Amino acid sequence: MRAIHRKLWRDLARLKGQVAAIAVVIAAGIMVLILSVTTLDALTLSKDRFYDSHQFADVFADLRRAPEGLAPRLEAIPGVNRVQTRIKAPVRLEVPGFQEPVRGMILSLPDGRQPDLNRLYLRRGGLPESGRADQVVISEPFAQAHDLHPGDRLTAIINGRLERLIISGVALSPEFIYQVGPADLLPDYQRYGVLWMNRRGLAQAMDLDGAFNSVLVSLRAGAIEAAVIEALDLRLAPYGGIGAVGREDQVSHRFLSEELDQLRVMAVVLPTIFLGVAAFLLNVLMGRVIRTQRQQVAILKAFGYHDRDIALHFGLLTGLIVVTGTLLGILLGSWSAEALAGVYAEYYRFPEMSFRLRPQVILLALAVAAGAALLGTWRAVRQAVSLPPAQAMRPPAPERFRHSLLERSALGRLLSQPTRIIVRNLSRHRFKAFMSMLGIALSGGLLLLGSYQFNAVDHLLDIQYRLVMKMDLHLSFTDPTPERALAELRTLPGVQYVEGYRSVPVRLVHERRDYRTVIQGMEARPRLRGLLDADYRPVHLPPEGLLLTGYLAEYLGVRPGDRITVEVLEGHRRTLQVPLAGTVDEPIGVSAYMERRALNGLMREGPALSGAWLMVAEYEQDRLFERLWEMPRVAGIGMIDDAERQFRDYIQDTVLVMMGILLLMAGSITFAVVYNNARIAFAERERELATLRVLGLSRSEVNWVLIGEMALLTLLAIPLGWAVGTVFAWLLNQALSMDLFRIPFVITPATYAFSAAGVLLAAVLSVLLIGRRLARLDMVSALKSNE
Amino acid sequence: MDEKREVVFLARGVTKTYLMGEVRIQALRGVDLTLHAGELVVMLGASGSGKSTLLNILGGLDHADGGEVRYRDQDLVRADDRALTRYRRHHVGFVFQFYNLISSLTARENVAIVTEIARDPMSPEDALALVGLEDRMDHFPAQLSGGEQQRVAIARAVAKRPDVLLCDEPTGALDSRTGIRVLRVIQDINRELGTTTAVITHNAVIGEMADRVVRLADGRVQSVEDNPIRKSPDQLVW
Ligand SMILES: Nc1ncnc2c1ncn2[C@@H]1O[C@H](COP(=O)(O)OP(=O)(O)OP(=O)(O)O)[C@@H](O)[C@H]1O
Ligand SMILES: [Mg+2]
Repeated sequence: MRAIHRKLWRDLARLKGQVAAIAVVIAAGIMVLILSVTTLDALTLSKDRFYDSHQFADVFADLRRAPEGLAPRLEAIPGVNRVQTRIKAPVRLEVPGFQEPVRGMILSLPDGRQPDLNRLYLRRGGLPESGRADQVVISEPFAQAHDLHPGDRLTAIINGRLERLIISGVALSPEFIYQVGPADLLPDYQRYGVLWMNRRGLAQAMDLDGAFNSVLVSLRAGAIEAAVIEALDLRLAPYGGIGAVGREDQVSHRFLSEELDQLRVMAVVLPTIFLGVAAFLLNVLMGRVIRTQRQQVAILKAFGYHDRDIALHFGLLTGLIVVTGTLLGILLGSWSAEALAGVYAEYYRFPEMSFRLRPQVILLALAVAAGAALLGTWRAVRQAVSLPPAQAMRPPAPERFRHSLLERSALGRLLSQPTRIIVRNLSRHRFKAFMSMLGIALSGGLLLLGSYQFNAVDHLLDIQYRLVMKMDLHLSFTDPTPERALAELRTLPGVQYVEGYRSVPVRLVHERRDYRTVIQGMEARPRLRGLLDADYRPVHLPPEGLLLTGYLAEYLGVRPGDRITVEVLEGHRRTLQVPLAGTVDEPIGVSAYMERRALNGLMREGPALSGAWLMVAEYEQDRLFERLWEMPRVAGIGMIDDAERQFRDYIQDTVLVMMGILLLMAGSITFAVVYNNARIAFAERERELATLRVLGLSRSEVNWVLIGEMALLTLLAIPLGWAVGTVFAWLLNQALSMDLFRIPFVITPATYAFSAAGVLLAAVLSVLLIGRRLARLDMVSALKSNE
Repeated sequence: MDEKREVVFLARGVTKTYLMGEVRIQALRGVDLTLHAGELVVMLGASGSGKSTLLNILGGLDHADGGEVRYRDQDLVRADDRALTRYRRHHVGFVFQFYNLISSLTARENVAIVTEIARDPMSPEDALALVGLEDRMDHFPAQLSGGEQQRVAIARAVAKRPDVLLCDEPTGALDSRTGIRVLRVIQDINRELGTTTAVITHNAVIGEMADRVVRLADGRVQSVEDNPIRKSPDQLVW
């Protein structure tokens, strides 16, 4: 092996601490890229595969009742590929061993076979046998939640009739990848299930012999979805159609797309920030490592090595570090992506998670890392080789020669000799000092980015469950119900306060934008449901006009005073113009609000309710539940405590797992940067420090020269890191606003303290590590050689 | 001295100024000097008189600001970086005042780093044997004494069989016995290989082993004396 290559390996071994630290910076940047892109890819790929292989429909329509003979006319609509009619019914279930009632949805299957669209992926067991009305397939998450298996029994109340059912199989459906109850945001697999049974039996129970109440449509390539929906609506209107929707309004698909949108944003924003910071640090770190070798560069030049030989030598050094870091990053990235995808698999149910590591992404990561590192190396090498060797062989001269103001001032004379050395070092190498500080500040900023959501999420949930959802229970009725139902509810055991609400499904249209949601009609000054302004102060409902979630108003592009087109999707199904009265701020969900009687007026109905909110005494809850479930009008009971817990779990599982990983990476980067700074400062100072010892300074005074400088830089870097991190967090926050929830942009003092503590911890660890070297500082050998 | 011998270095009116902030330091103020093939020249002069600066310019480590510097028929003032690199690689051997060994390489590897890029080098082992370090070849600089490091530096300089050997205070850090040993190596190289040699020193006694002694003062050549009887280093006493 050539001596110059041997030098390469020896340098790598000698600089192993710094090399490892730099590799960690690269690995962290690349890991974040691989993690976010691969998770996104895994979900997208799994979704596409499942949709494709199981014939997920393109258009979905529900109606009251249409004769089967209508199906060929639907098939004849231009652009329609296939039509699958079916029966769909809400169901109440009793699961052996589970006390609380369970809601569900039951769907028909063609007798004994798979449907043409939305086929089932059978995990266990089989489809109901042909001709049998007592067998059902149940959804896998529901089966898991209750430990149900083929052969187990269930009791169902369909359309008021009790049916005893035997489970024939357990399945997944592309229609219920995200399986939530109507009007729920998050899955509750224990209290909501999906079932499939043969059509004959279900038709009998629902009095829909020879008819259907739900239809699935797939489109031909090139068909215009909107045109098909319009044609379907026209044909289904006489049969009580409530408006066909495309995939983007299909519940499961919509939630999944939201999640993918969010991941897509993360896959751009996070790696950009992380890789950007890593690239910058890499550039600086490589530059500094090479600069400590300036004299060696000069010696090699003096012997007649070409600049390009020298550049190649250091390029190889850099390349080895980059490759090591990249490999580590890919390894960590794919490992954590798999872990994160596993978390998503709890919420999004696919037959299997498909993984793929895209080579373009790896190449991109490698190119960014190598580019940044080589740029840093190249600049440092060029600086070293551009000097005549005679000059490069001397240590570099400081950037400026002036006594700093501090040194000249009276204060300066009070400083101890070592402290004056620190001040002089920093003021004469301002650029270098600034870069060190910036490096530490950037990593402190990453720490803040990785941690702010933990506190922000608490803040979000506090607002939602202390200020918005103030009720204990949330009841929904099967049909609009007269106001006097409230009086009945008030007499139930443990009920302390009752407030009724009306909720009407609508499509809101403004110019080219539209959004399906509900209008919630409530008291002008609701006591159990908070409406908040931007400063979280309560807002009152105006006697008429709509209030919209600010996020939705922005999406629709409406301002207070504008008129919004409201297509009512219930009852008279008319299209109305309603003015926007104002907006409200709420962190979870998007909705429209109206004074309840004004909404009743819009619906041309008497004072009707869709449900009620209750405050209840905890000790009476069991008795209350029993009574509520006996009331035929009660379709669902939501416990706000449960909802809060589910939400916390969901955010913890998805957002915070991701953020936890990022935080770990940010911590590694911070340590790597601070440690590297310290190591290089030591390398640059070793001779000077040894000389100071020779001149009679005590060991602790000499230590202070180095440690004091690091401490000063670190302390200056902390507030700068706060500023940088606030910008990072703001960028991420802006990008992450979505329908399901919007994390408020709050950075609590605890977050700032955390970022500072992380940087300080890294500094203390680095000082301890450097301390060993300082203790071994050998005056004789440090002065013996000139290098 | 035979004036008709081939001229190796020709320096005329060489100037060199260092800029330090607003202060200009005139290191060389018009140096005229001629070195002939195979001769051994000792340069003397007070500290700061410009000896190292001149040697660095002759060795292609630095550019002169003005005047003329030639190595045989090559113009060193106007030579570009590539030409100077080629010149150093194939013609010049350096011994530095501070040995400037590469600390991460052993003695043998420090020599190899030069022999690997030279045209017709000796083996690193031979070069180290020449300076009496055959049994310390696998030691790192930090494990060698100053004198031993300097001898490695000399082995490194001569291993390529350079045309010119430029030594900046090769004995400055050494005791007289070791210094003499180092000087003997330099003289042997000069004699046996016919390498044109320039040695900077503060020690006037060393001038007695030279063909000529050049004295610098204040950035100029103050005097050049021929030394009719070259003493061998063993005869020197200081
Ligand atoms: N890189 C530099 N920047 C500024 N001034 C320099 C530089 N190199 C040399 N000098 C100055 O040029 C002058 C000549 O320096 P040189 O190193 O040639 O002296 P020298 O004769 O070798 O001295 P010594 O015997 O002490 O080694 C000195 O005044 C020195 O301070
Ligand atoms: Mg000198």
